[in-house]
Parts: sequence; C-alpha cells; structure tokens
Amino acid sequence: MAAANPIGTTVKGFHEPRPHVLRLDPLLLLAALGLIACSLLVLGGATQDDIPGQPSFYVYRQAAYGAMGIVLMLLLSRLDYSRIREWKAGVYTLMIGTIVLVYGIGATARGSKRAIDIGFFNFQSSELGKLLLILALSAFMVDRMRRLGEAETTSRILLLALFPAMLVVAQPDLGSGLVYLAIATAVLFVAGTKWTHFAALGALAVGAVVLVLVAAPALGVDVLKPYQVDRLTAFLHPTDNPREQGYQVNQSLTAVGSGGKAGRGDQATQTRLNFLPEHHTDFIFSVVGEQFGFIGAALVLSLFALLIWRSLRILTMAKNLYGALIAGGVTAMLMFQIFVNVGMTIGIMPITGVPLPLLSYGGSSVLVTCMALGLLQSIHAQAREVAAAKGLNRDL
Amino acid sequence: MYLDSDRRPTLTPQLAFRVALIGGVALVAFAVVFFRLWYLQVLSGDKYRAEANNNRVREIKVHAPRGEIVDRQGRPLVDNRTGLAVKVTPDRLPGDQGRRQQLYRRLGKVLGIAPARMNRAVERQLKTLPFSSATIKQDVPLPVVSYLLEHQDEFPGITVERVFLRQYPHHQTGAHLFGTVGEVTKEQLKDQRYRGVGLGDRVGQSGIEYQYDRFLRGRNGASRVQVDAMGNLKGELSVRQPQQGRQLRLSIDLDVQRVGQRALGGGTGRGAFVVMNVQNGEVVALGSQPSYDPNVFAKVIKASDYRRLSKPENGAPLSNRATQGLYPTGSTMKLITATAALEGGQITPDTVQFDGGSLRVGGVTFKNAGGAAHGALALRQALTVSSDVFFYRLGLEMNGAGNGLLLQSWAHRLGMGRRTGIDLPGELPGLIPSPHWRDRLYKKKLTDRPWTPGDNINLAVGQGDLQSNPLQLAVAYATIANGGKVLSPRIGMRIEDAGGRALQELQAPAARRLKLKPEFRQAILEGLRGAASAPGGTSAAVFKGFPIPVAGKTGTAEKGAGRADQSWYVALAPFPSPKYVVAVTDEAGGFGADTAAPMARTILAELFGVKNDEGSTGGGPSD
Repeated sequence: MAAANPIGTTVKGFHEPRPHVLRLDPLLLLAALGLIACSLLVLGGATQDDIPGQPSFYVYRQAAYGAMGIVLMLLLSRLDYSRIREWKAGVYTLMIGTIVLVYGIGATARGSKRAIDIGFFNFQSSELGKLLLILALSAFMVDRMRRLGEAETTSRILLLALFPAMLVVAQPDLGSGLVYLAIATAVLFVAGTKWTHFAALGALAVGAVVLVLVAAPALGVDVLKPYQVDRLTAFLHPTDNPREQGYQVNQSLTAVGSGGKAGRGDQATQTRLNFLPEHHTDFIFSVVGEQFGFIGAALVLSLFALLIWRSLRILTMAKNLYGALIAGGVTAMLMFQIFVNVGMTIGIMPITGVPLPLLSYGGSSVLVTCMALGLLQSIHAQAREVAAAKGLNRDL
Repeated sequence: MYLDSDRRPTLTPQLAFRVALIGGVALVAFAVVFFRLWYLQVLSGDKYRAEANNNRVREIKVHAPRGEIVDRQGRPLVDNRTGLAVKVTPDRLPGDQGRRQQLYRRLGKVLGIAPARMNRAVERQLKTLPFSSATIKQDVPLPVVSYLLEHQDEFPGITVERVFLRQYPHHQTGAHLFGTVGEVTKEQLKDQRYRGVGLGDRVGQSGIEYQYDRFLRGRNGASRVQVDAMGNLKGELSVRQPQQGRQLRLSIDLDVQRVGQRALGGGTGRGAFVVMNVQNGEVVALGSQPSYDPNVFAKVIKASDYRRLSKPENGAPLSNRATQGLYPTGSTMKLITATAALEGGQITPDTVQFDGGSLRVGGVTFKNAGGAAHGALALRQALTVSSDVFFYRLGLEMNGAGNGLLLQSWAHRLGMGRRTGIDLPGELPGLIPSPHWRDRLYKKKLTDRPWTPGDNINLAVGQGDLQSNPLQLAVAYATIANGGKVLSPRIGMRIEDAGGRALQELQAPAARRLKLKPEFRQAILEGLRGAASAPGGTSAAVFKGFPIPVAGKTGTAEKGAGRADQSWYVALAPFPSPKYVVAVTDEAGGFGADTAAPMARTILAELFGVKNDEGSTGGGPSD
C-alpha cells in the first residue's frame, strides 16, 4: 500500500469512467467455441457419405447454427438477465404455448411430432422449453423464498415443471421431459430446499418408475410407448435382442471400442458404413470415440468438464439469487444431457434420445445451448459489474 | 437467510456446500465415464476392432465347379453347366411375418412354387446354416431371372446367384455309374472324408461321384467384400479364385456302354450287363436296365420323380442290377461247380459220367432242361451241351464229400456271395446257400425244411437259393480266364488335370490269388469254347459266323411261381487267351441262348470292332 495522503482516502479513479468492456468469462467462451469446432470436425468425417453429392451438407448447416448461436450468446451476455424475472408468467406461457403448438402444426419425424418446420431448420419447442423453464422456474422460486421450508413451495415448483414435462413426453420426447425434471430438481436444490423434501421426492420418483415400467404394463396401461420401454431397458441386456433394441447399443459400443487409443480416422467403418445409427445426432460421441479414440474422447470430455466447472463457478458468483438459480438450472441441464448422452453411447445409460450439447447436429439444440451459455455470461458480467461497482464504492 | 429483495451479498456456507455437492457428482460421473472409456478403448480395443471388421466384411463363397468325368478315350460323360439359382438373404427379408408371406406369394407366382413350401424350405435351410443365403429354386430360366432383377424393389432379400450344375450329355447311358451330387449333410461334415468341405457345399452322394469325391470336388474360392449396415456392397477387399476339381478318366468305353444298354433295352427291359478286362479288372462297360436320366438329379430332385424312379412296378430304375441284383445264375454257375469238383479231386477232366436225362435223389427227380439225354460224357462235353445231370451228380457227390462245403467254399473263393470290391458304392454281397445257412433259418422257423442234398444239387446248376449278379459272375469267369487272379473290378482309371494330363493312376487293391491247375482251367475253357462253337453247343448257333473266337456259357434261372425264366450269358473272348469277359442277364428273357447270348454277341461285336455284324437269333433250348 502506498503512503496515505493527508485526507486518508484516495481519489484515484473517481473520475475515471466505468470501463465499458464486456466482462465475459473467457474460459466458458473457449469451451463453447472448442466444442462447436469439435462438432464441425466430427460431422465432417461422419456425414460425408450421408447425402450423396453433398458431403458438407451437415457441416455447413451446423456451422451456421454455431455462428448464430455465438451471436445470440454475445447479445444475451450484454443484457441484464434480472429483468426477465418480471416477465415470468409470460415466459412460462410462451413455453407451454410453443410446446402445444407442435401438436397442431408439427412435422412428424420418425413417428414423433417434435418440431415445427420454419424453413431454415426444424424448430424444436421442447429444446427452447428447457431454457424458458429455467428462467420461469427460477423466478417463481425467488418469489417463494420466504416460504422455502414449506412442502407447498416444493410441490408447486415441481408441478410447474411436471406439466410441460408431461407434454413433451407425450410428443413423444422422453429425453427432454427428463431434462425438465432435472432442471426443477436443480432449482430446488440450489435454492436450499430441505433434505427431507428431496428424500420424499426420491421415493416418489422410484415409485413412478416402478409404476410406469412394471405395474402399468402389467395392468395393460401403456404410459410409455413399447419402444420407449424397450430402449430404456435394453442397455441392461444388450445381447438379448441384438437385431432390435440392443442393436444400437452394440453398434455404439463396437464403434467406441474399435477406436482404441488414437482412433481409426478415415477407417472408421462403423460410422462410414452406417452401422452406427443416428451418428450425426444422438450417437455423435460414438463417432468421436471411433474416429479419434480415447484421446479424442478425453479431449471432448475435458471441454465439457471445463464448461461444468465454469458454470458452477458462475453460480457462486451471481449477484442475486435469481442468477444463482438460473446458473444452477443451466448447469443441471448441461450435466444431465452430457452424462445421459455419453453414458448411452458407452452402454451405461438407457437410450433416451437426449442430444449432446453443442456436439450433436441440430439447430434447436445448438441455439438453445448457446443462449443458455449467454445467460451464464450475463450472470458473470453482471456479477463482475457489481463487484467493480462495490470496489469503487468501497474505495470512496 | 435470503431476503425477499433477491439480494445475496455473499456466498452462504449452505450454498457453497450444495455447489460442492453438485461439483462432486459431476466429478464422480466424469470419472466413471473416463474409466468406462479406458476399459472400452484401451483395454478392449482389439476385441471391438475385430468386431467392427466382422461387421463390415462378408466372405462370399464362390463355388468351385466339380471335375469332369470322361470315358477311356476322353469323351465327356459328366460335365458342368452354369445355372441361375434364386436365393433369399435372410437379413434383408422383411422382418414382419405378414409382409414376408406377401413376398413369398408374389415370388411363388413367378417361380411356380407354393408359398408354404418356399417358407418351409427357407426355414429348414436357415436352421442348418443361419445367416447364409437359402436356395429357393435352382436353375431358373433366364426370362424369370430378368423379371426378378427388373422388379428388385418388389422382391426384397431375393438374390440371383450363378451355380454349377452337373450335366449328363448322354442321358440314360451310364446313369448307374455316375451317381448323384448333393449338399453335404451334417453327419458327413464330421467325417474325416470331408475335411475341407464347408456347410452348403455339394459333394458326391452316390456312385462314382461319391467314390472319387475327394478328387472331383474343387477348392471353393472366396471373395471378401465390404458391406454397409444395409448389406449393400461397398467394394471388394480380396478374391481367391475357385479351383475346379480334377478330371476323372474312367475305364468305361462310351460306345460299348451305349451298345450294351441298347442291346439290353431290346430284351424285356429289365436286366444288367458287365464288360470287364479279365487281366486287370478294368470295367469297360457296366449297365442296368431300366435306366433313367441322371439330369433330374442335377438340381434338387422332385419327390414325385424320386418315387417314380424307385417304384418296383416301374422296374426301380435307380437300382443298379449289375452290382445290386440278387439272382440265381442258372447254368452259368457250372463253371464254378466244375472248378470245385476238379480242384477238390471229385473228378478229373476226363472222368466220364452217364447222363440218362434225369437223376433221382431221395424221391425227387432232377431232369435235364428240355428232357434231353446226353449219354456218357466228360467235363468238356458236359459244359458244351450244358448237361444238368452231369452237374447234378457233382453237386450230390460234393454234398457228401469232406465237410460237405466243397462247392460253397470254391464259390466263395471265386467271388460269389461277397462284394467284389468294385469302386461303386452300394454293392450287395449276395448269398451262397449252405447247410449252416438253411439249418439256421429252419431253426428260426423261417423255412419249411432243413438242408438236403437236393439243395446242393440245385446250387451246382445255379438254381434255388443262390443270389448273385452279373458282376460276381464276371469276376469268377475272369479268374478262370486269367489263371487265378480274383480281381477287384475298377471303373476309375486315373486322375487328370483339366487338360487331360495324368496326375495319378488309380490302383486297384492287389488281386487275391487262387492256385488253379492249368490243365483243369484248360479243360473248362475248352468246354466253354465248345458251347459257343461246336455242334450241339448251347450258344453255337448264336455265335455262328462271328469272327472273334468266343467261349461262353448260357444260363436259364428258374424263378418259379409261373414267372418267366431269367436269361444269362457269360462270354470270354478271344479264345484261347481271353481279354474280356462279358456277363449279361435279362430278368425275364427265358433261355440263355434266346435272349442273353445274342445281347452278348452285340456287345462283343462293338467291343472288338466287328463291322456290320448281322447278329443271330436264338440257339437250341438245351440248358
């Protein structure tokens, strides 16, 4: 410390304008850019034979989605997320509205209505719903912080998430429904809900699983479509039915395993000869494993780990509770999707059709993930701004 | 705790703990994923690499054509043609049972096969050979194949493959020699004989095709191709060319074979003949009537065809009467009786016996054929005129002499009642009746009486319970002609490459040797020569004017119960040093001289290249 002047304070910086720089988290941005680059690289190898005469069909589109996503991310990071809290009812209505809209005018893809064709890409409302749910649910939570200990608060928040979750499961999009529940759990958890409530919720979840997978089919009521049940349980015994449900798991394991330490590069026959299903979307991690081996898979996982670490750090930095809850929701969304998707490709999780954030091909998923990261950047920037302002105040 | 204002100035310990918990969960999850990846990629990488290759590489078997079979002059007897087979690839069939039935119905209309039958055939083949393609129909005509290929999307999983099928250009000629080719069975695969043969390969199942399968079958080729998940071909990785099987040259002469079968067909249509080299056992021709066209076996034979070819009412064309016949031989047996009596010391060539036209033994009168009485005669004359009484006496005497089995043991030594060892599977041994045999049957109440001297008398002239066939007679006659070598007849002569260059001579097992006194042998041959040439000889009229000196014996076997007699003739030519033996029988031809002897003359004419032989009909009904 410099020698104190006679007044005992310093006036240095008092007249300096607040530095008008973006207070972004550079590591979070780096992880996002790195993952988008990985996605383009992997898609380039995996999809060059998929559409005859257009070897770069998927790469070009994914690059466009990525660019748009980064622009959206940067725009969102400059806004103060806190203002969204006031529009919580509108956000929630928008979410339900877009999900319901899909039932009306959605395009059917492989037996399920999930998306609305808006020309440039198929808009998947269940993807956008993840982000809207985080924003709305966090806002509702903040409103009820005083009554945090009440069971009513917990059940309200849960019901608010359960309603859209049921809607998307009926599309049917089981994966997104589960993501909604993960988000709700995270928001409750970060807000500080009592452990006893979580214990009750856990018991309830186990009961629901038993009811849906065991009890209901026994009574002749199919809550889930039979193929969904098969997919959920196939990973437990992949060799039972190698031609049907176990097929995807087996082909994925073969792809990942055959990659070895350093990958097969152009010789990645599981991908190139189409043995690996959905290799540009749900099973893109298997492609990473086959083409680039353990080294490539480890690199991608490291980028994801970086993403999670930065998200959790931003959670702790947030200037207000709303920011912390949003960060918690985003972290849960990312974690759930990463582990369920990667776990599925390596045979330790059921097949639920959850995309791998930023890596899986698809406009909705990429844009929504980028926007979520944009919110994190906004929380980060706001926290820095506040800290800077405080530092200034303290200096005064 | 938090305030309503949503302000949260510092990180509370509770939140820090909860965030740490989330971080801990993430850490554990990442660790699990890393270890799993390490296990899959680093520890099990080779296993999965092999699995991935297994996924994409298909080995397509390219069947090798079988070797051709040619006659002794190199003329093809059995060769190959290519046919188009319609097959079904199981993993590309519609999985849905209803849609599969629809496919079978559509296909059934095109191929003319009932859908249910098609389904059964496919299921059966896939049970023995899963994941391979199953044949629906072989040898489909080109227009049908073109239709299938033009409408490929209506017939998912249906493929057309080029296959080699056996072709028999001479149709009925030699049909009983070649045998059939069929897919190897599960039991056969366990056999050492079929080492190197894979499921789905076709191997010889009978006849020469079976006997020499080891040479005739080729080495299959294989082409390793890369396929995608849908089974579409994505390029060839490597090819191994198939190698055709070796060519097999038979000792059969196509012309003699054809003439023999034609001659036999001119009789009652049921009979057999053998032409064999008496010195080395090479079979020049061997045939059975009725015959069949083996081309029906080239593809999978229809059940109705098979029934037709094995029905006794149709003469069971599939059975080979030359090696599987069970016939009494009539007077052709007298050569064996004579040998036994001479070698056993019962008579000398000049022992004279009196033939008064009949012999009465134990209340039964054995008469000469036609009631003739030949008077006093010795062996030569007895063979020439085929005196039954002379041989009845020998039969009677031999039943009493020694252990009573003199005739049986000489018959056995000369090859009767046992397999000759010819290189054709399915040969039957036949039967020499003996006291032991009949007494045992009697004890089991399978016959009405025990052995009597009359049985031996009947055996001496080839009547009664004797069961033999033309091939056994040919071997017995050849043994006398060559001075004591009991030969194993041979059809396969040598293995050659496709250009006809010899690779391996096929050796017959060493002949069994009998000690025969030259003067006895001489007497028998002279007696047979007389039969075919001297006045009063049973077949002298048949061979009148034939330029090649022939020695031969007629035979007329009584079948009883109002059935026509079986006609026999065995010829040795040229006399006095015979080169060939020709044995002919016609199941209902009557007197040997009437039917079988003229057939033998026709065959001998072809064998010795006698041009424009006018032939001859019928001799005296003297045996």
